[in-house]
Amino acid sequence: MLSREKFWFWNGAVALLALAVAGAQAQDLKSFEQRTTTKVLPNGLTLIVCERPEAPVFSYSTFIDAGDVNDPSGQSGLAHMFEHLAFKGTSEIGTTDYAAEKDALAKVEAANNAYEAEYLKAVGRDPQKLAELQKAVKAAEAEAHKFVVPNQFTEVAERNGAAGLNAFTALDETVYFWSMPENRLELWAWLESGRLADVVPREFYKERDVVMEERRMRTDSNPEGRLFEQFLATAYVAHNYGRSNIGWPSEVGQITATEAMAFHKKYYIGSNIVVAVVGDVKAAEAMPVLEKYFSKIPAGPKPEEMTTVEPRQFAEKTVIVRDPSQPVYVEGYHRPDFRAPDAAVYDAISDILSNGRVSRLYRSMVRDQQIAAEAEGVSPYPGDKYPGLFVFYAAPLPGHTPAEMRDSIHKEIEKLKTADVTDEELAMFKTRTRANLLHGLADNQGLANDLAEYQTRYGDWRELFRQLDRVDKVTKADIRRVANQVFQASNRTSAWIETEAPAATAKKDGGVQ
Amino acid sequence: MKSLKISLVLAVCAAALSPLTLLAQQSRPWEKIPIPKLHDFKPQQPKRIVLKNGIVLFLQEDHELPFISGSVLIPGGSREEDPAKTGLVSMYGQAWRTSGTAKLNGDALDDLLEAKAAHIETSGGEDSTTLGWDSLKGDADQVFALALDLLLHPAFNAEKLALAQQQEASGIVRRNDDEGEIANRESAKLVYGANSPYTRQTELATIGAVTVDDLKAWHDRTLGGKLIVGIEGDFDPVAMEAKLRAAFEGLPPVKPAPARHDVFAGPKPGISFIDKEDVNQSNVEIVGLGTDRHNPDVPAIAMMNDILGGGFSSRLFQKVRTELGLAYAVGGGMSFAYDHPATFRVMVLTKSASTVDATKAAMEEIASLNTQTFTQEELDRAKDNILNSFLFRYDTKGKVLSARELLEFYGYPADYLETYKAALEKVTLADLSTVAKKYIHPEKLAVLVVGNGPEIKPGLDELKLGPVQSIDITIPQPGNPDKGEKKQ
Repeated sequence: MLSREKFWFWNGAVALLALAVAGAQAQDLKSFEQRTTTKVLPNGLTLIVCERPEAPVFSYSTFIDAGDVNDPSGQSGLAHMFEHLAFKGTSEIGTTDYAAEKDALAKVEAANNAYEAEYLKAVGRDPQKLAELQKAVKAAEAEAHKFVVPNQFTEVAERNGAAGLNAFTALDETVYFWSMPENRLELWAWLESGRLADVVPREFYKERDVVMEERRMRTDSNPEGRLFEQFLATAYVAHNYGRSNIGWPSEVGQITATEAMAFHKKYYIGSNIVVAVVGDVKAAEAMPVLEKYFSKIPAGPKPEEMTTVEPRQFAEKTVIVRDPSQPVYVEGYHRPDFRAPDAAVYDAISDILSNGRVSRLYRSMVRDQQIAAEAEGVSPYPGDKYPGLFVFYAAPLPGHTPAEMRDSIHKEIEKLKTADVTDEELAMFKTRTRANLLHGLADNQGLANDLAEYQTRYGDWRELFRQLDRVDKVTKADIRRVANQVFQASNRTSAWIETEAPAATAKKDGGVQ
Repeated sequence: MKSLKISLVLAVCAAALSPLTLLAQQSRPWEKIPIPKLHDFKPQQPKRIVLKNGIVLFLQEDHELPFISGSVLIPGGSREEDPAKTGLVSMYGQAWRTSGTAKLNGDALDDLLEAKAAHIETSGGEDSTTLGWDSLKGDADQVFALALDLLLHPAFNAEKLALAQQQEASGIVRRNDDEGEIANRESAKLVYGANSPYTRQTELATIGAVTVDDLKAWHDRTLGGKLIVGIEGDFDPVAMEAKLRAAFEGLPPVKPAPARHDVFAGPKPGISFIDKEDVNQSNVEIVGLGTDRHNPDVPAIAMMNDILGGGFSSRLFQKVRTELGLAYAVGGGMSFAYDHPATFRVMVLTKSASTVDATKAAMEEIASLNTQTFTQEELDRAKDNILNSFLFRYDTKGKVLSARELLEFYGYPADYLETYKAALEKVTLADLSTVAKKYIHPEKLAVLVVGNGPEIKPGLDELKLGPVQSIDITIPQPGNPDKGEKKQ
């Protein structure tokens, strides 16, 4: 529901709902340390190898500390466009003659620039000239296409047994991943380091059309997609968390290959990348191989942090989407980022409100009042690197309204502010957090993603285990204090769908108010 | 030397595909990277025990983490429910667990389990229902006892049935909100028929007709079937076997499942349309009848699927997404189920204005299976794609266990995956042509478009698939099943 990630490849069966399963005492960090090796290369890139020889396979995760939050103004959707480009091959794969292709691509870019200059003319745009320039772009593209071996990068990966091959771009990060038989480790290192270091703006403009289709699927043609885009755009006034992460149509529709390559140059440098490998690999043998290939990635200073800090919200805001679909209610409150001392307290609140049939929102709104089909409160959204939102979501049962969702959610919030949670609720949160961590250790891909993420965010993958200390320290008083701090009307943005029969919506794009 | 040879062969075979003719010029450095022998690997099979009453147990030890999980697979699912009570099995799957047992009601069970981060869950499916549980090793005895109590002494109650009915009702009134969901559902109805046990849909009237007695009767009837019990995790096998025997050996001998006599006619060819005014993208579904895994042609069909719409190099992906840029989501093929024909299904999502172009392009790629000769390169690629990743079907002990349970359930031999793999390896170009001729009949396929009518220009009549049939997806209201309030 609250996923804001865009994948390179649509998979009809993708279900990212991590099934919360059982567990308790965390596996010993020490034994884990013995199996995990970290190395920082001279170019600044961090490699992590975790030995888990359960079957002759490995999974990897390449974690780039840049996402759509880093898109320059006027170029929303750029990080995601670049991610698509990273599947198009390099100067060595995907081409029949790179030298000639490079010249042809430069001509595509020049033709596109000429087209865009005409297109953006506010006064005196000549439709006939525009059509000619567009023809010229197509002709240049056709010329460049002659050197392309389509999808050769993914073909080589798949023919060598790559499973779950995909990537996603979130606001905070871009992540590439797949699993492979262990005897393809060196081949993988060649492919992965190649596409990180040596990307080519191949078939860029056609891929841009593909991304526009992705936007239509995820946002334009999806009622909740439309609602959430408006909700975030309203909740944020300054920070890029408020910007459509797939990109506003006019912006993503005009991103150029030059812009994508500039993004690559700035963010795809060693110090901004962590690569984690988990599976049937021996660090002593694998590390030199990885080092050989990943040293190719250019060094460079870590890109500067953004200056924008979302100003304190002082005005309560409301969005109503009048739509032919069934009602849904959302509200969000600004909260601090993942490094905040209270980060674990937010996790506790979310768990107590939303986790399973014992959760407060389920018991109140679904089981007892019987007004909602589902109700949850989760955070942070839409990202965690910068201050995000604590978001409540509820879907009313037939005959019930968004206003009833709002009132019930506010009653639950009031309880958190005025009375302590029970000892049982707090203990349950701590037990479940440990169990979830433990369960995650038996999955190569999940573990690779976690190791890379924690290494990036905290500078040490061991925080994956150490976070439990912060979870253990959460008290009932913390929960009450944080609830009082954050759940204030002036800090709230609410958004909902009000069902309106198609006939009454009159104008197509008049649904958003 | 080897790579040169491959390139030359390729250049000859692929003369029709212009970019590939140039491959010989590539240095293909990845082919010089050594691929060592894969580490020896024999997936650990679970221990299978058949009890005297016919119940089958599978024990799969896995000592990596201190957890134990288990499941009971019970034959019988929604395809067997009374059509006037469609939704019964789905609600049974919810209310079974939420009601709990005579000793401990569902809410108390929730409290007890969540405090241990343990779970017991039930669910209802098309051909089976399931009871599953998991916990830390230390809680395993208690959790197993609770799960067994739920299996043998459930206490279905009206309140929890009402809760399940509300969940279903919410799904029904929301089912026309998402165009992908509409396309999925309605295209399956085109293939199997609207009243088929595989596609008939829940309505407010059918879920309202279900009573607590219906749930009890369903439970009592299906519990007498051939249960399959699977246990995985950190346990002592001798003690676990004794515990399972004690729990299940006392049950009466299992009754065989009644044979099914479903009729699968396949769709009526032609084009159907569902208008959705709030979208700017069309969901196009091209559908027909698929097959089942007993069909000896399945290995060749699997290869054909990979060539048509499986991988990134497939004909559909290359043409519709990479070459034409007309879609983000495109793919499909001929599916196979274990005990009944699945569907043939190709889908493409494209902006309203390119609906006709994208549909034509997808249809052409389907037709190309019969008109554009399969190349050795395509077959080699499909084999590499499927066989080199075959390992991921059994790379965890949990996957091995699940696969064995499925095979047991549907009556396939335990070594099915091995024989299937061997058959995949043997597929030839001639086999591909044969299955394409046998199963790919574009003129028998049905096309469904869900999209924004006024925006679709050129119109669907341009496809020349006959008159465009409009499908009414109005949600019927109880008591007035024909003329419901128009939701979409």
